[in-house]
Amino acid sequence: MSIAHRPPHEPALDREHAHELLAQMLVIRHFEEKAAELYSGGKIRGFLHLYIGEEAVAVGAMAALAPEDAIVATYREHGQAIARGVPAASVMAEMYGKANGCSRGRGGSMHMFDAERRFYGGQGIVAGGLPLAVGLALADRMQARPRATVCFFGEGAVAEGEFHESMNLAALWKLPVLFLCENNLYAMGTALARSESETDIHLKAQNYRVQSEWVDGMDVLAVEAAVARAAASVRRGDGPYFLEARTFRYRAHSMADPELYRGKDEVTEWKKRDPIASFAARLQSEGLLTEAELEALDTEAWREVDWAVEEAERGEWEPVEHLERDVHTAP
Amino acid sequence: MSKITYREAIRAAMREAMRADPRVFLMGEDVGRYGGAFAVSLGLLDEFGPERIRDTPLSESGFLGAGIGAALGGMRPIVEIMTVNFSLLALDQLVNHAATLRHMSGGQFSVPMVVRMASGGGRGMAAQHSHSFEGWYAHVPGIKVLTPATVADAKGLLLAALEEPDPVVVLEHATLYPVEGDDTPDAPMEIGLAAVRRPGARVSLVTYGGSLPKTLKAADELAKEGVDAEVVDLRTLRPLDMDTVVGSIAKTHRAVVVDEMWKTGSFAGEVMARIMELAFDELDAPVVRVCSREVPMPYAKHLEEAALPQVGQIVAAAKGLL
Ligand SMILES: Cc1ncc(C[n+]2csc(CCOP(=O)(O)OP(=O)(O)O)c2C)c(N)n1
Repeated sequence: MSIAHRPPHEPALDREHAHELLAQMLVIRHFEEKAAELYSGGKIRGFLHLYIGEEAVAVGAMAALAPEDAIVATYREHGQAIARGVPAASVMAEMYGKANGCSRGRGGSMHMFDAERRFYGGQGIVAGGLPLAVGLALADRMQARPRATVCFFGEGAVAEGEFHESMNLAALWKLPVLFLCENNLYAMGTALARSESETDIHLKAQNYRVQSEWVDGMDVLAVEAAVARAAASVRRGDGPYFLEARTFRYRAHSMADPELYRGKDEVTEWKKRDPIASFAARLQSEGLLTEAELEALDTEAWREVDWAVEEAERGEWEPVEHLERDVHTAP
Repeated sequence: MSKITYREAIRAAMREAMRADPRVFLMGEDVGRYGGAFAVSLGLLDEFGPERIRDTPLSESGFLGAGIGAALGGMRPIVEIMTVNFSLLALDQLVNHAATLRHMSGGQFSVPMVVRMASGGGRGMAAQHSHSFEGWYAHVPGIKVLTPATVADAKGLLLAALEEPDPVVVLEHATLYPVEGDDTPDAPMEIGLAAVRRPGARVSLVTYGGSLPKTLKAADELAKEGVDAEVVDLRTLRPLDMDTVVGSIAKTHRAVVVDEMWKTGSFAGEVMARIMELAFDELDAPVVRVCSREVPMPYAKHLEEAALPQVGQIVAAAKGLL
């Protein structure tokens, strides 16, 4: 369910678009709630990293991007995939390990891919996606295509050498990359202040002469507007852009995380700024959403999630004889 | 004797070493407040504090390299890399620096650093979190490579590693962490000795690390069918104890080598080559191996199981030699 691309700087918020944004955030929220349940029930295995609390970042960002732009994401990418228009059913089927999953059951939760939507994963190595994004942008530059490559990563990734190498390469070569840092304040159990000497992350990019700013990642409209601006600048050929979206993950890092490193209060505080509840409240106060409409959107979101689960259940297993397929290109 | 898990055995070894020697400290991602990605270091922060149980940012090359420097500077670091997959970001520091400094300096400097990492597949973690690269490390002169497969070895080999004057890599197969075994005294073991885990006369099954439990199961199955298999656990890949392997083959005249690496370039291949060099005349059949299929680890359970060595394949390989 991708949202129609809108040109940047669209003035007033229209009702239909607002409902689409809200609907997507609800789908992602419920999708993740369902995934947690299915993991506990043994339907999903391996690692499962939930996006609950961070929905506004993916939804706002994707709404501002065009189909020809490229996305590189992390292992916490169900939300990005769905917001980009990858059907929730093929994301769910992937987590079931079924052949109708978007990576044919080879990737699982951490490795969603979709060539048609220029969704380049689903990368499980922290910061591993940044150089790839630089290269995608390099290809666009060399072929004179005015489009953006958007790279999602967590704030934990900025400590890796690959972050710094990528910033420099992109700036040096003026490449059309939009680096989108999802700063949720924790890298597994490591709080930002325990991992960075400079905790104001967008300043790091400035040192590489990359245009940078931060945005409230709990505000879907703010994210959409910032990404629209940044992507337009990137497509124009003004060089890379760095956007830090300040957000929070409500759940544990993964299902294996006992969350010993933070207190409940911090989570409770952030939940007061919930991206879905606050957006719905704003729309209601502006007369753009009724209680009945909200309920209908919520019901519809659950319906989509239920459909995703049904499709995943119905999916076939990849035959074991196909195990060694797609290691090299078939002759 | 009381029971402890493999994970607890490693923790006990680290605790013992840190109590005994103020130069020993642990650093790595989430070893402190999180308690370790595999809960190995759980509780150590409370006992030793954040100076010695040092949480690092996501900077594998940086902090592994800092481990080398700290070792040069008189400390005895234990560097934890969450999984062997992420150690590839630190490969330069380990291979070009840690492994070479002693030789390159004409013996003036040594790097007494222990690098611990989880490894292996079988848990649905797919192609960036499941691989086995121990043979790559064993390829490199200048580092010792330990692959403890039992609770006793987890403790004893780690304590031994911490007494080594040169870099040691310890690979902990992630499926072993919850395995229970008898607790043993806090004493270092000798590095470089293989062990016969189950005596037998008809065929030698040679393995190490996470493949040991599967190989022992295969030996049980074979016993049910009247085939008396001997199981040899290599325990350390460099130095490699071929005397024990050859001794076993001198009895059985047949060998199956089992490991979880991809077949091409697997450590099993090295073991087979050594058997050819050292014991060709003892063999009554060609040596065979059971390794992983040549595919990045797939996520789906049935595909992952098909990609990894399994008990049935080990049994079939052994029977094929008789
Ligand atoms: C190179 C590398 N090192 C370590 C890990 C293990 N790991 C996975 S996620 C993670 C934390 C990353 O935090 P952040 O980048 O802030 O993203 P978030 O999970 O908060 O979305 C760690 C340490 C990894 N996958 N890759």
